[in-house]
Amino acid sequence: MSKSNLTRRGLLKTGAVAGSGLALPTIFTAQSASAFINDPTGGTVTLGFNVPQTGPYADEGNDELLAQKLAVEHLNGEGDGGCLNTFSSKALRGNGILGKKVTFVTGDTQTKSDAARASAKSMIEKDGAIMINGGSSSGVAVAVQGLCHEAGIMFMVGLSHSNDTTGKDRKANGFRHFFNAYMSGAALAPVLAKEMGKDRRAYHLTADYTWGWTQEESIVASTEAIGWETVNTVKTPLASTDFSSYIAPVLNSGADVLVLNHYGGNMVNSLTNAVQFGLLDKQVNGKDFKIVVPLYSELMAAGAGENIKGVLGSMNYNWQLDNEGSKAFVKSFGEKYGKPPSNSAQTCYSQVLLYADAVERAGSFNPCAVGEALEGFEFDGLGNGPTLYRAEDHQCFKDVLVVRGAQNPTSQYDTLEIVEVTPREQVMYPPNHPMFGGDAASLGECNDGA
Amino acid sequence: MLGLNGRDTTLLVIVAALALLAPFILNPFPTDSGLAQFNAGYPDLMQRFAIFGIFVIGFNILFGLTGYLSFGHAAFLGVGSYAAVWIFKLFTYNVVPAILFSVVIGAIFALAIGFISLRRSGIYFSILTLAFAQMSFALAYSVLSNPKFNLTNGETGLQVYADDPQMFHGDHLPNLPHLFGLSMRANYEMSVGAWDFNFNAGYYVCAALLLIMFYLSMRIFRSPFGMMLRAIKSNQTRMTYTGLNARPYALAAFVISGMYAGLAGGLMAAVDPLAGAERMQWTASGEVVLMAILGGTGTLIGPILGAGFIKYFENIFSKINDNVLHGWFAFLPDGLEDFIVAILHPFIGKGWHLTLGILFMLVVIFLPGGLVEGGQRIGRLFRRKSGKDDAEKATQSTPAE
Amino acid sequence: MDAIILQILNGLDKGSAYALIALGLTLIFGTLGVVNFAHGALFMIGAFCAVTLQKLLSLSYVVIDETKTDFMGNPLKVQAPYVEKWFGPEIGEAIINWSVPLAILFSIPVMLAIGVAVERGLIKYFYRRPHADQILVTYGLAIVLQEIIKYFYGANPIPTPAPPAFAGSVDLGVALGFDPNAIIYPSWRLIYFAFAALIIGGVFSFLQFTTFGMVVRAGMADRETVGLLGINIDRRFTIMFGIAAAVAGLAGVMYAPINSPNYHMGMDFLVLSFVVVVVGGMGSLPGAVLAGFLLGILESFASTTWATTTIPGINQVIIYLVAIIVLLTRPRGLMGRKGVMED
Repeated sequence: MSKSNLTRRGLLKTGAVAGSGLALPTIFTAQSASAFINDPTGGTVTLGFNVPQTGPYADEGNDELLAQKLAVEHLNGEGDGGCLNTFSSKALRGNGILGKKVTFVTGDTQTKSDAARASAKSMIEKDGAIMINGGSSSGVAVAVQGLCHEAGIMFMVGLSHSNDTTGKDRKANGFRHFFNAYMSGAALAPVLAKEMGKDRRAYHLTADYTWGWTQEESIVASTEAIGWETVNTVKTPLASTDFSSYIAPVLNSGADVLVLNHYGGNMVNSLTNAVQFGLLDKQVNGKDFKIVVPLYSELMAAGAGENIKGVLGSMNYNWQLDNEGSKAFVKSFGEKYGKPPSNSAQTCYSQVLLYADAVERAGSFNPCAVGEALEGFEFDGLGNGPTLYRAEDHQCFKDVLVVRGAQNPTSQYDTLEIVEVTPREQVMYPPNHPMFGGDAASLGECNDGA
Repeated sequence: MLGLNGRDTTLLVIVAALALLAPFILNPFPTDSGLAQFNAGYPDLMQRFAIFGIFVIGFNILFGLTGYLSFGHAAFLGVGSYAAVWIFKLFTYNVVPAILFSVVIGAIFALAIGFISLRRSGIYFSILTLAFAQMSFALAYSVLSNPKFNLTNGETGLQVYADDPQMFHGDHLPNLPHLFGLSMRANYEMSVGAWDFNFNAGYYVCAALLLIMFYLSMRIFRSPFGMMLRAIKSNQTRMTYTGLNARPYALAAFVISGMYAGLAGGLMAAVDPLAGAERMQWTASGEVVLMAILGGTGTLIGPILGAGFIKYFENIFSKINDNVLHGWFAFLPDGLEDFIVAILHPFIGKGWHLTLGILFMLVVIFLPGGLVEGGQRIGRLFRRKSGKDDAEKATQSTPAE
Repeated sequence: MDAIILQILNGLDKGSAYALIALGLTLIFGTLGVVNFAHGALFMIGAFCAVTLQKLLSLSYVVIDETKTDFMGNPLKVQAPYVEKWFGPEIGEAIINWSVPLAILFSIPVMLAIGVAVERGLIKYFYRRPHADQILVTYGLAIVLQEIIKYFYGANPIPTPAPPAFAGSVDLGVALGFDPNAIIYPSWRLIYFAFAALIIGGVFSFLQFTTFGMVVRAGMADRETVGLLGINIDRRFTIMFGIAAAVAGLAGVMYAPINSPNYHMGMDFLVLSFVVVVVGGMGSLPGAVLAGFLLGILESFASTTWATTTIPGINQVIIYLVAIIVLLTRPRGLMGRKGVMED
């Protein structure tokens, strides 16, 4: 019967394919000629920009994408060159990377681990991307970092603030430019002590997922170190839109500081609700009640509007930073898009340049060589001041900004003002710090996908 | 053959051919051509086609036959994934036990949730399943991922770490999910002229299971049991009056579709060892409903088409951006080109949700039978036309005689 | 004690939004027999009516301020709203500040029109189709509506503050004999509660005391007979859909100052409001209101520290648990009529 023949043929075919798969145990697609995966062969090299384009973080993703496009322009020698002129490493010459013209593909993470991995895989498998960059949540960052490590692709982590990304989930193929929860705590604590005193009682509201917990842990530790007392830590579901029932008990708890370990829409709503409850107008224990938002972003500030006035927090970068790199970047970003860059934009921009620079210095696109070039790399001129990419955990160390909601902003772009630039020595920690996976955390072997 | 009638056998053969030749069919454009971005023949997307095909086939056994609209089916897919990753973590990277276990777990969850939810029908059933799925999502996302009892690893998703026990993992085996040593990522790239075709182990595992599951669903559709399920849809009251208790049948259908979903979840983990909680969210369940409706519920092939259509949309259509559009319409005068691009702009790229929503509404309104009905209508149109042509020819030829 | 009162207030406040959305949902179900998954989207559009009016009122022209510089080092361009030019700075500013209350007037015709358009353009073709089809097409509509809003307003929440007069909070505790600061509650939330009570009362009296309402109620009970009496019940039901949309829209307008509106806020409320309708009883108006407040209060108490330490995660699942229990033990809901949608 013809049908059984067909099935048999099908089976044979599967067998043959499986056999050839065994004979050539390549992971992902790898041309047999190359030593590593997605080695760019033609006159171009493809980078993959994986950012949220739909869902609640779409605007943040769009900002990252604008910055990445700008970086590609500068790498290819178009535009005014931006930070290429101020970067302390002079390996980049505006002729692409290793003479190859830079092109890019984009993907939509939807801020979901699954979707982010799917779009990253499509960029790796289909478009032959040699590096993935972007993202706006730690869950996604950890998931994509794991994928890139398995695949043998470089991952330049976008916005990710959880300790885990370069802590217990650190990977040899991933580098993070963004700061983390521990650094927020370390940078904020001295400013909090100075502005609010050392005998404060703090009440924490924490988004009930991994990032929220690591931030709460970090802030509790650093504020208790300056003498504060932690009255209560309350977990709020991520899906909450109304925080009134979590905020109502705060005033009667004896606390005089409210710490909001929330991000994005959660933070906008919890801060708005807290201000509605009049917390900032009250006096408790004879002191003015204060609110702290350890992690700020420009978009969150825009969403919360007037409510952020006077509220302290920390940031990775702000366009008002006064250094050569920052000025050059703000100028070319502003000229092209008519607005100053956000801190997520700056993160992605510097990472694209840093990756390209590392390839130039290593003389190869091989992720292991690039990784080696980035490990322990000290540089300046990308906007954050002197910066170190630490070899042990691939975390970036630079000054951390403590910011405050401005009382009288002159435009929609200066709603946050810089209170202090905390020097990087103050936010350093040993690579085997217990909050970062302790001694068990390991980068693993570098993987080039061969 | 195989207990199927002629038409069904043809259908099965067609699906088998499509599944086995997918690497060719989905890569019709040369790799360096401008149209290459419409190629879908890369491992990840092909795997998704097959996996979501399985998922929707299972969903269709419940919704298409019994008419029970479950808005919480993604929960079974989610628990299937978690089950598989836990097998990877504790025992071995071999996918066979992982997949079996995910099916079992999917069945257990479906039995428990179905037993309760099927006490109601209609919208109440939908809301009950929705409530259960949202509860599972909330639990998986935060409650069950606390440091003391970490079952799901929350936001990040459950993954395999180097310090996991993996009792039966040998050094000679790939450090990734594998089928008796054949890595699921093993890939053979065949270059023919300007074309590149990918043959991926993970895909063929999924495709083989898709075929088996498709065959099973065919048998269910044609069986007395399937007849019974259809009876539930058309008139449950009458069925009760004839002395039949509908609930055990509906529950059986629910559990079967839960097992399909568990299998799909297990396969997702098998081709990519990570299980995330977002897979269980109610919008993910909504996506399955979209797939089934778009393809055509109650038909055999519809669900596979629907799954393929939406996944293609999500992964390929969403990448068309303004630059690509300008490329397409470059032949037009500048003003007109910009105008057309501006009009299309909201619907392409990151606006693909909008296009999908509109398409979906159009299908529900005008094509309740989904793409399958559309195909049939077009087919009928052609047949009628060609029939008319014949008739015309006949009348025309008569005088000439 | 004060903690309990606070949580009851929170519950009433949350419940107000639930009740208003569920009221419209159950009104549509009771009159038209349609399960409307786009109702959350109507709520969201209401909130964006407030956003839109605020944007319209603060439409600005540019004044160059030579004394300051912008981020590029150029002279600062200051946005000056036209209303401040036309009516003088004080009145102009007041108009902008009061844009949310003004949006109530703005939103009623807009929402009525949207409601009628949706019913005439889409829903009316689905009366004779199964509930599943209605759910699906309105689900599609919800996606389309929210994507349209996202296209114009972006994904980031947009702050829409209440007038300064209501921005602060009130110390209710003092009036009740508690210590100062014991029971502090935001003024706008109290207004929201009062507003919800007003709207609910309005809808009930409209149905109870007007001829129109009487006909509609008769139609809800027995559509065919009313039709046979020569009354054009369809047209009245269309208007009821418009009213239901307006109720959802008003709920949205007033909600805008509580939480900055974003494009997916409708989906966040959708599942919840269905649970409310089901718990109250499909098609029962008092049931929807009662269930709305009840679930709001339950949710508030479930999120207290006491509750979450007793049963971890209870705050995340309480609503669904209640829905499951009600559906299994009393499928017609708290106040549903016997025999209506009971299977």
